[in-house]
Amino acid sequence: MSIMGTRVVRTEDPQFLSRGATYTDDLIDERLTGALHLTLVRSPLAHARITAIDVEEARKAPGVAAVITGADIDLPAALLFPGADKNMVRSWLAADKVRFVGEPVVAVLTEEAYQGQDAADLVEIDYDPLPAVIDLRAAATDEVLLFEDAGTNTSNGMGLDDAFDENFFDGCDVVVTKEIVNQRVAAASLETRAASAVWGGDGRLTLWCSTQAAQGAKAEVAGWLGVEADLVHVITPDVGGGFGAKIGADPEFAVVAWLAKHTGRPVRWNETRSENMTGMVQGRAQLQTFTIGGTKDGKVLAYRLDVLQDAGAYPRLGAVLPMFTRMMAPGVYDIPKVESRARILVTNTTSIAAYRGAGRPEATAAIERAMDMFALEIGMDAAEVRRRNLIQPDQFPFTTKGGAPYDSGEYEKALDMVLEASGYTGLRAEQKRRREAGEVVQLGIGVSVFVEITGGGAFSEDASVQVHPDGTVTVLTGTSPHGQGHATAWAMLANEHLGIPIDKITVKHGDTDLIPRGSGTMGSRSLQTGGVAVYKAAGELVELAKQRAADLLEANVDDLEVVEGRVGVKGTDKGVTLAELAGKEELKVDSVFDSGAPTFPFGAHVAVVELDTESGKAVVDKIITVDDAGPVLNPLLCEGQRHGGIAQGISQALLEEVVYDEDGNPLTATFADYGFPSAAELPSFTLLDMATPTHLNPLGVKGIGEAGTIGATPAVQSAVVDAVSHLGVRHIDMPASPLRVWEAIEAARSEGGAPIDTARSTS
Amino acid sequence: MIPVGFDYERPDSVDGALALLAERGEDAKILAGGHSLLPVMKLRLAAPELVIDIGRIAELRYIRVDGDEVAIGAGTRHHDLEASAEIAAEVPLLGAVARTVGDPQVRHRGTIGGSLAHADPASDLPAAVLALGGTVVLRSPRGERSVPITDFYTGVFSTVMEPDELVVEIRVPRTGTAGWAYEKFTRRANDWAIVGVAVVDGRVGLVNMGQTPLRASATEAALAGGASIDEAAALAAEGTDPPADLAGTKAYRAHLARVLTKRALTTAQG
Repeated sequence: MSIMGTRVVRTEDPQFLSRGATYTDDLIDERLTGALHLTLVRSPLAHARITAIDVEEARKAPGVAAVITGADIDLPAALLFPGADKNMVRSWLAADKVRFVGEPVVAVLTEEAYQGQDAADLVEIDYDPLPAVIDLRAAATDEVLLFEDAGTNTSNGMGLDDAFDENFFDGCDVVVTKEIVNQRVAAASLETRAASAVWGGDGRLTLWCSTQAAQGAKAEVAGWLGVEADLVHVITPDVGGGFGAKIGADPEFAVVAWLAKHTGRPVRWNETRSENMTGMVQGRAQLQTFTIGGTKDGKVLAYRLDVLQDAGAYPRLGAVLPMFTRMMAPGVYDIPKVESRARILVTNTTSIAAYRGAGRPEATAAIERAMDMFALEIGMDAAEVRRRNLIQPDQFPFTTKGGAPYDSGEYEKALDMVLEASGYTGLRAEQKRRREAGEVVQLGIGVSVFVEITGGGAFSEDASVQVHPDGTVTVLTGTSPHGQGHATAWAMLANEHLGIPIDKITVKHGDTDLIPRGSGTMGSRSLQTGGVAVYKAAGELVELAKQRAADLLEANVDDLEVVEGRVGVKGTDKGVTLAELAGKEELKVDSVFDSGAPTFPFGAHVAVVELDTESGKAVVDKIITVDDAGPVLNPLLCEGQRHGGIAQGISQALLEEVVYDEDGNPLTATFADYGFPSAAELPSFTLLDMATPTHLNPLGVKGIGEAGTIGATPAVQSAVVDAVSHLGVRHIDMPASPLRVWEAIEAARSEGGAPIDTARSTS
Repeated sequence: MIPVGFDYERPDSVDGALALLAERGEDAKILAGGHSLLPVMKLRLAAPELVIDIGRIAELRYIRVDGDEVAIGAGTRHHDLEASAEIAAEVPLLGAVARTVGDPQVRHRGTIGGSLAHADPASDLPAAVLALGGTVVLRSPRGERSVPITDFYTGVFSTVMEPDELVVEIRVPRTGTAGWAYEKFTRRANDWAIVGVAVVDGRVGLVNMGQTPLRASATEAALAGGASIDEAAALAAEGTDPPADLAGTKAYRAHLARVLTKRALTTAQG
């Protein structure tokens, strides 16, 4: 009996909830016996020349085995993102110049972990401060350069060579333009970054690290160290969250590996939370200018998106994410004309990379704000304007003006479902009542309809399924779970073909000797690539088993069926178990699934906020969502992904922002200052189900990991603005903090309640 | 997040703690609940040579009615205040304010003496005790003295306490059923107040509106002079110089003080 589509409880949890996980810093491994502990001295300045480093006192401190500076490391500085200006390289330890607060400068190795900070405090570094480049527009002027050799702060561009069309909005009754901020946020995974390294007598490096992609980390670290990839063995223990920030390797991992080689001893590193809040890559950080034009009856005719992307000090994955933002710019709407461009700039801040959604939430936030402001301008209901522009089901497959090949979708149905479930008409009536009564607490209703791209990074994934003579099964996967529940889900997929109970199926991942090929877990790719590969491999294993059983049972393959782990001749009691077959000859299938293209999950969210107009505080009262990622393998896991995504989406809209002062000092480097949400800030979520399959894989599945983040953020932001739009407010940047909301209300009042800021009409 | 090395003593009596303070008070820090001290030590913003842990001194943990006052041992946990029938009956404001501090873990460790002595203007309990017109009882080997809370604070994180002194008791008047309210404004449930307003019996204490907890004197005077709540609340930020940070500008805090004072006074009026 199939268990696909059922709420199978996570097989991972008994251990997580009892003995606990084994994170990189928890490892007890004899190869790490006698390991030195790494403490990094990090730059306290955002932009400065290093004029002197004195490590003599530190070298004399108790337990110190070595103190290493950039001058000691014989590895060339690395370009961390291949598409960036080739001069924008990062040294392993800064020797001449530091470019962000938190950049590693000196490595201190001690016998015991607790001795590290004492010794690090004795390192003396003289800095000659330089003006910090924090603001993106200031960066674009190139007045102060981060990399003199580059001669510019522009890392790379997209669509910059062609000027925007001057006549782009001709024929539009109404044109609205607005600059909005998609703020920088911290992934803030509960497990901080960690790595341990040891070199064996065979000249091979074993590197344990907290990553979302062991194979990617292996390739990067080998490249950085200048060694053959075969000489690097990466092992991923349990990983306590990543949210995109742990894709591949971090430069610190290479430092750990180099130090292990240099000292001839194992080296362990586990960063502190304070280090994590400046050292680990962050996300979003776009300054967007959208222009939307259309007719007074609500048809959008043209949309333009101009993006300034903050890459941080050293370009990393963030430098490519505007590609997704541009691709997804028109969202769910059939807009005849779309143009976009992006300039990626370096600043004296922590590097930007992927964060839950990675380029797509930014696209959705912009188009959804644009639709809201367009709706306000023409005086039409925000949901109705959306409805009039949605791509219709009979238009799929649909290639957008952004170049995205949407596979399948039923956007209007999703919108209708959330509107109906929210009691939209009644909410609008209640809103009207409160407005007319002038009540202090106003109601805000935000609607978003979204589509995103999943599995867009790598379409192919490997899987191996092996049945053992004892009846157990081993599944090897190139995906890399860090909270998603692949051990449960992949076992369900193998069970579907093999009929062997999931408690006899072990899923292994994240060991590059065991699993040399794989792309890891990111971009909501795992089920539609790695999961399907497991499903396919198990199916192929069944066919192989039938071939072998046919000979053994002297039966025709077509007369065989596999039920509960046994190949039987239909209609007879003749048969042989898969375990027995495995006892005669290895029963194992390696398979690859290549989807060839990404999938495009979609959905709609309605957020309802109660907004105290005196204090400016908005509280999310309800959020009603459709997140359609095709058929659901395990509703429990799927809902978990939706919950987490929605929570982070609400949090970006209302709470989270990494802030620097003008000198580049991070002002939000602890959990007391950074707006990390707790359950108390969140409502109960209403999840509605829709399942529109894709034709791109045999399970029809798309990705769910990031959907909630993408849909919830604009819905909540929109609800906040909606709650005060009758006062003349047209836009509030995220996070819509009480302070910002209050200031927006005050500004609108001082303008006499007229529409403020940048909304303009050409009619 | 490893602090600088330090000595650690855990005396089992107030006299034991005072003896240690007398000997090494200049270089020592008192540890009660630890929720303020330990983070700053881990961030190496504080590096005491000696930590004197008074967290298990039983004689510091009590709540008792004493004449017109309620006497509260300095080691009384926030949770004790929340859960106390005496507090609920005699000083209900204090229990309600204690309930807003941090989360349950914090409230089971944090103490009223620690909160008052730490002198963080963003803390809830100091402003509540200020509104109540309470007294802080300090003891040293030189003897004991009672300092009215109005005279206790000298600045951010600073008080009139001498290095050899320990907060041993907090005394607050029994307010009984007199009108009271606490309005705490935060972004997140566990945050420190952006602004807080404690009202009891016509007195108004302000959280995070200056270098120390403050009384909204102009509001109190207006109320005493018969002003309406709206009129009095409009004066709540008079004479204050609130901090400016990511959570709020000075103007926003002043505005919040007025809004929250109005709400607290309205609630207190019943």
